[in-house]
Amino acid sequence: MSGALIILATLGTSLFTAVMIFLLPERAFRARTGLNLGAALVKLGLVAWMVWGLSRGREYTLAFPVLEGLAFVLRTDSLGIMFAGLSSLLWLFTTVYAIGYLEDSPNRKRFFGFFSLCVASTLGISLAGNLFTLLVFYELLTLSTYPLVVHRGTAKALAAGKVYLRFTLPAGLVLMIGMVALHALAGDIRFGQQEILAELAPGRRPLLVGIFWVLIVGFGVKAALVPLHGWLPRAMVAPAPVSALLHAVAVVKAGAFGIVRLVYDIYGVELSAELGLLHGLVAVASVTILYGSLRALAQQELKPRLAYSTVSQVSYIVLGIGLFGPLGTIAALSHLLHQGLMKSTLFFCAGNYAEELGIHRIDELDGAGRRMPLTSLAFSVGALGMIGVPPVVGFLSKWYLGTGAIQADMPWVIVVLLASSLLNAAYFLPILGRLWFRPGPDHGVGEWPAERRPVRLETLAWLLVPAVATALFSLMAGVLAGMPFSPLEWTTRVVNTEYLP
Amino acid sequence: MSASLDALLCVQTTVLWLALLAPSLLGLWAWRFPPQRMLPVLLAGLPLPLATLWLLHRVSVGGEFEGAWSPGGLLLHWRLDGLAGLLLLLTQLLLLASATYAVGHRRATTLAECAFAGFWPLLGGLAAALGLIWVAADLLILYAALELMGLCAVGMMLLPGKGEALVAGMRYLLYALVGSLAWLLGVALLLGSSGRLDLAGLAATTEPGPVTGIAMALLATGLLLKAAIFPLHGWLAPVHASAWPSVSALHGALVVKASFFILMQLWQRLMPEAVAAAWLLGLLGSLAVLWGGLQAWRASDLKQMVAWSTVGQLGYLMLAFPLLAGTSVAVATLAWQATWLQLAGHALAKAAMFMAAGNLVLSAGESRLTGLAGASRRLPLPLMTFGIAAVTLMGLPPSAGFTAKWLLLQAAILAGQWLWVAVLMAGTLLAAAYVFRVLRCAFVETAPCHEVRPLPAGMDLMALLLALGALGLGLGAEWPLALLREGGRP
Repeated sequence: MSGALIILATLGTSLFTAVMIFLLPERAFRARTGLNLGAALVKLGLVAWMVWGLSRGREYTLAFPVLEGLAFVLRTDSLGIMFAGLSSLLWLFTTVYAIGYLEDSPNRKRFFGFFSLCVASTLGISLAGNLFTLLVFYELLTLSTYPLVVHRGTAKALAAGKVYLRFTLPAGLVLMIGMVALHALAGDIRFGQQEILAELAPGRRPLLVGIFWVLIVGFGVKAALVPLHGWLPRAMVAPAPVSALLHAVAVVKAGAFGIVRLVYDIYGVELSAELGLLHGLVAVASVTILYGSLRALAQQELKPRLAYSTVSQVSYIVLGIGLFGPLGTIAALSHLLHQGLMKSTLFFCAGNYAEELGIHRIDELDGAGRRMPLTSLAFSVGALGMIGVPPVVGFLSKWYLGTGAIQADMPWVIVVLLASSLLNAAYFLPILGRLWFRPGPDHGVGEWPAERRPVRLETLAWLLVPAVATALFSLMAGVLAGMPFSPLEWTTRVVNTEYLP
Repeated sequence: MSASLDALLCVQTTVLWLALLAPSLLGLWAWRFPPQRMLPVLLAGLPLPLATLWLLHRVSVGGEFEGAWSPGGLLLHWRLDGLAGLLLLLTQLLLLASATYAVGHRRATTLAECAFAGFWPLLGGLAAALGLIWVAADLLILYAALELMGLCAVGMMLLPGKGEALVAGMRYLLYALVGSLAWLLGVALLLGSSGRLDLAGLAATTEPGPVTGIAMALLATGLLLKAAIFPLHGWLAPVHASAWPSVSALHGALVVKASFFILMQLWQRLMPEAVAAAWLLGLLGSLAVLWGGLQAWRASDLKQMVAWSTVGQLGYLMLAFPLLAGTSVAVATLAWQATWLQLAGHALAKAAMFMAAGNLVLSAGESRLTGLAGASRRLPLPLMTFGIAAVTLMGLPPSAGFTAKWLLLQAAILAGQWLWVAVLMAGTLLAAAYVFRVLRCAFVETAPCHEVRPLPAGMDLMALLLALGALGLGLGAEWPLALLREGGRP
């Protein structure tokens, strides 16, 4: 199959699914489920094919001109395909989970239609070959996630949707202005052509710095950098699969991925260091990491605590980018994947507790480990990974961040890392303690807020399997980190081939 | 060799005039025998855009072609370049959609028989007038076509026959007549000073000076009145209140744009270097963007919101004047492309939005936004169409509005005219604010569920096709823009 065709097919899978779902009637549950799962599997297969082809040196490109001197470009490179792989894998699990989670609830057609559109946008972001194409899908992501955020239709959900738009739409505009300015300055820069900006006249340098920060503001809203993070905790009113998707793959990652592309593929890491941009990034990231952790500690409900934890964790990626050196880069890129796996596990589990036992607050979790052992096990894996306990993958991210900090001669970053790990432990360990060591309703103390009728497993298989699977993936990605095609191995390859400064 | 070329040119000319005049004949035919079904209308109209596509192909191969027509001692000039051809194509597609929609509208509701029959000759007249405006290269043709267009448009607005429609229509007629008067005075001044009426001749002989300035000011005032540019927009929103959706769609998409097109043509030929005046027009456009957006945001009625959004969106077009006057070639080229892309994208999206809004209002029997909340949840398709059209109005990707905004931003940044960047930002945010007021209706779970009336599928389909057209034009902009780059800019 030719390169353009396979890219088109991969993107088309999700788009076609979205259109078909909108055309199917609301009650066509089986057809919709089959379509969803089939498309997710086909897409995963196509992405796997491209990964394999890429590792053998093949290139897949789809490009056509939109304006004079500006093209729409989709192409695979090792970095993009990495993100595409993550989103396809997690799309499969999230779809399975969402099918179980939304069982018998209204408006499922609308939900899954926009869900597919959202995944198509994420794929487009990962395969975009220049900033223009990235922006097209970045804005499409905003539009397709809004219906998911307000899906419940309650006053609270609608208010959260309003906040979401108030943050993301202006951010998209700011991003667009930055991109147009860069385009006016240097023309159409394909990702990987760092030399274009590096060779600009020195007189243009201040302008480049200005444009960089404008673009960072644009990306920073989705990446939830403090103080642009306000929408994220509010968006928690959305159904659990949406939270998993927003936090682990789609929205915050789109922002972080945009920053990765900007630093490594447009400015180039050397120019960024020369212009003094990386120090700024490290500072912003450190503030965000600490602030997010502190706010997480103050939350009494499970989902908002996880939300603030995301604010903090995503900035590890930005921190890694800011550490000038291969180790920092490895940390940044691999954390993009690792955080996705661990965070989706945590959100799936939080959703399970809410669905099965009606638990929303942390102090209601006492003894839940006995009632829902597999879910609690998965949750523990995710939480320990976030703290950075080996052998879960989170440990690797922190290890590389630490060594990267030493390599970049910024030892104070280690202090930030230690503080943040302590804070992580402070807000996750009590939850684990409650889950496993406190007596709860199953020990005869009190009762669950709203327990559903018991089923054969501890909860629906649709809900249990994705949570356990992502937990296993985060464990395996840590244990088998040295194997080919593991996230760490792949990012090391990316760094070695493309980004070695 | 040259004989065959001449023959080809002759065929092209014949096809062009057939394409221009056929709609009037079809309109008269339909007056006598009003169509009852959508498909025959669609099939009868389809050859016209196909003929125009062929003409566009010829233009892209052999360059623009022109000619003159001499009835009784007068010499009337016309020409077909890439821009005129594209606008002709756009007009035909929109007229076709509107005609088809009108048949569906007739089937869905009880329209008065004679009003429905009267729609068709007016539509034919409007088609002929618009076609003539695009190809005219002569002030006399422009004058005649502009008047014909104005009268047809007023006639169509009066069709519902209700009291408020009559009042609003009469006010529109009054504004249009005042506009015509100003325009006629301007033309008379130009004729007196240079003795010519063809645009090429005027451009060659007119010297910048007080007479040209006054004449241009009069012409511009007349045209701005007809194009509903701030602060002369007062007539626009009321006429849409009770007009049929098919008429509103055409009016918002094409009729107001025609006056803008004429203004642009004259400006480029007569005073391309008048920077201060161009900035004045740009500032008026900026105010239009802000005021139209604010009023649309405040509107409590769906159709009023759509109508006010037209006022705002027309303002973007006016930003072309300062970006074209006295700027570098690169900036001017960008602004030129941006303007026409914005015009086309907005025309498609606004027509789609008027139709979708019409479908929502017809089905739900409720035109206030607050009342729509419950009903619109049961009408996903019109609401989706509304949303897709809104993507273009907000200028979000992948729509024509987005691509046009990209070009416009690039032109403004290259020229260092940062004011327009701010205007574009404000306009986008205002558009998002008023559009999402409607879209969020779809998600309110607590609203009571109303019964909705089913409509013919064709009505939804037409609106959806137009909205998707506006979306597709965003990434598929290369072909029309390439035609624009080759020719059309005097």
